Amino acid sequence: MGSFAGTDFYDLDSLLTEEEIMVRDSVRQFVDDRLLPVIEQHYEDATFPMELIPAMADLGIYGATLPTEYGCAGLGSVAYGLAMQELERGDSGIRSFASVQGALVMYPIFAYGSEEQRRKYLPRMAKGEFIGCFGLTEPDFGSNPGGMITRAVETKDGYLINGAKMWITNGNLADVAIVWAKTEGDRIQGFVVEKGTKGYSAREQKRKFSLRASVTSELIFEDCLIPKENILPEAKGLKAALGCLSQARYGIAWGAIGSAMACYCTALEYSKTRIQFDRPIGGFQLLQAELADMVTEITKAQLLCLQLGRLKERDQATFPRVSMAKRNNVAMALEVARRSRDILGANGITSEYPVMRHMCNLESVKTYEGTHNIHTLIIGEAVTGISAYR
Amino acid sequence: MKIVVCLKQVPDSETRVKLDPTGKSLDSAGVSLVVNPYDEYAIEEALKLKEAAGAGEVIILTLGASGAATAIRNALAMGADRGILLKADTANADARAISEALSSTIKELSPDLVLCGKQAIDDDGAQVGPRIAELLGWPCVTVVTKLEISPGKVRAEREIEGGIEVCECALPAVITAQKGLNEPRYASLKGIMAAKKKEILEQDVTLSAPGLVTSSMSLPAGRSAGRMVGSGKEAVPELVRILREEARVI
Ligand SMILES: Cc1cc2nc3c(=O)[nH]c(=O)nc-3n(C[C@H](O)[C@H](O)[C@H](O)COP(=O)(O)OP(=O)(O)OC[C@H]3O[C@@H](n4cnc5c(N)ncnc54)[C@H](O)[C@@H]3O)c2cc1C
Repeated sequence: MGSFAGTDFYDLDSLLTEEEIMVRDSVRQFVDDRLLPVIEQHYEDATFPMELIPAMADLGIYGATLPTEYGCAGLGSVAYGLAMQELERGDSGIRSFASVQGALVMYPIFAYGSEEQRRKYLPRMAKGEFIGCFGLTEPDFGSNPGGMITRAVETKDGYLINGAKMWITNGNLADVAIVWAKTEGDRIQGFVVEKGTKGYSAREQKRKFSLRASVTSELIFEDCLIPKENILPEAKGLKAALGCLSQARYGIAWGAIGSAMACYCTALEYSKTRIQFDRPIGGFQLLQAELADMVTEITKAQLLCLQLGRLKERDQATFPRVSMAKRNNVAMALEVARRSRDILGANGITSEYPVMRHMCNLESVKTYEGTHNIHTLIIGEAVTGISAYR
Repeated sequence: MKIVVCLKQVPDSETRVKLDPTGKSLDSAGVSLVVNPYDEYAIEEALKLKEAAGAGEVIILTLGASGAATAIRNALAMGADRGILLKADTANADARAISEALSSTIKELSPDLVLCGKQAIDDDGAQVGPRIAELLGWPCVTVVTKLEISPGKVRAEREIEGGIEVCECALPAVITAQKGLNEPRYASLKGIMAAKKKEILEQDVTLSAPGLVTSSMSLPAGRSAGRMVGSGKEAVPELVRILREEARVI
């Protein structure tokens, strides 16, 4: 079974159910067998591993928490989190793909869509036959999406969309895009736009140093007319968009633990075998201090996520609670990646080891889905009652 | 078609095993337990046969401690229909006692086919499959890498030194699976959730006294540290000299 043993300093497995462990182990095995052997090449070539799309569908990754009647797995929140952790142990880009598909596209269709829309999209998306993307960010509106300029004007035939979205994960791969635009009275509203709709195009954003094995695109809408039934009826206001983000951020908080584990475990092994001054470098106090810090931070992050997951299962994972885990865990993972890179010395900068890839990926993860700063402000607002940014 | 798959829970091959203080068995503390890898091929083959037939039942049969239910659950998550756990203290059990217990349950189930792994990776006994067949009076094909079932009949390919042997026998039969038979599927997340609702019947059994006792176990001697002879072409003569004169391997 799993050649990756994971990091479990506090016997947190004893807090998991049998099926949560099985879910984690199954995804772990998949990542070991199928993802790790190909990821470095895809990262170098800046390509997404398309061959894994159906394999991840067979595993049941997409929209895994949604009900079985739509072809999904009906997982609990902690099991889902563990699955995201394992995917991101492989690569943040692959976890991003799954997050977008599940949390940012299937979830809003499930939560804000009509029954017809659910039946039309969810089973095919669970099977990976339909790929989704989520367009909120614009060239001039990132942290402040409420300022968006993309517009949807109601006409007698439907909605006419004009505008542009940027930094959209899966953009060029997507068969269906969830697009947020302003309607009459500057009200923000979610729409479903299908690939091939006249006036809708996507252009891949190249030259990334981060998330290279993930497709990022610009979406362009030029008099793009979509039928009336493509409005997501309940996706009203920025709040609805943020509802999706909250789902995705939850998965990211877990995913970051996976990246951190991959880096820490690599550094730990390396420090036990790399000999300098006639002994393993892990025998030096300075190195041990690094390792002790890293395993402690990973353990804290695990506890944060586990409790957040239990809260989510009780529907108490409030917005600021999710922010705390996303903010803490991604910053933690980035720090662990940087320190691990250092422990590997020159080897740390090569693709022989996964560390620098994770490190570069995590720079994006820190920025997307609400930057570190924005989560600071969300937590700040939650504790003081005073918003510093709105 | 009713298929019984015998499944054993074994230490993960990644764990570094330690001996317990008696020196006669493994220390189970901190050892993670998994489905015996060869049994995974047996499970996969059973599922494929059932799927191809479009009907049937795959029953997982395990003998072990109560924790072995986890291994059965894994097989149920892959798609098996139900499980039976024969709970017994296996500390001193030998292959004969275990095969007797398994075969008497198999007899009651009266399946068309029994699939086992070719051996368990913990004790490497490779006895249970053939012993079950013997006790039931059924044919047995071991170390199988390809299996075809036609009404009442089995055609199996097995690995032999330097080649492949093709065997045929009647059903019911016992087949033991070798790597290469198939590619075991991952337990899907849906399968894992569905497995929660599947039945695992637990039954206490008493094993007959062993005819074989383990008198001691020992770990292989540790390897001594390597030595750098040099690098590049210049090091070759010295390396050859050491291999010839010191290591005496060439
Ligand atoms: C690889 C990648 C994939 C992405 N995928 C998607 C996607 O699929 N869909 C989508 O809609 N978007 C996506 N994004 C966009 C992402 O969500 C935005 O980049 C993010 O919200 C930040 O916006 P910005 O880049 O415009 O930065 P800005 O908002 O311009 O922020 C720049 C800096 O200023 C700081 N800052 C801004 N406002 C404040 C404040 N009030 N107080 C303190 N600091 C502040 C920020 O923290 C940041 O450090 C993706 C981004 C990347 C890099």
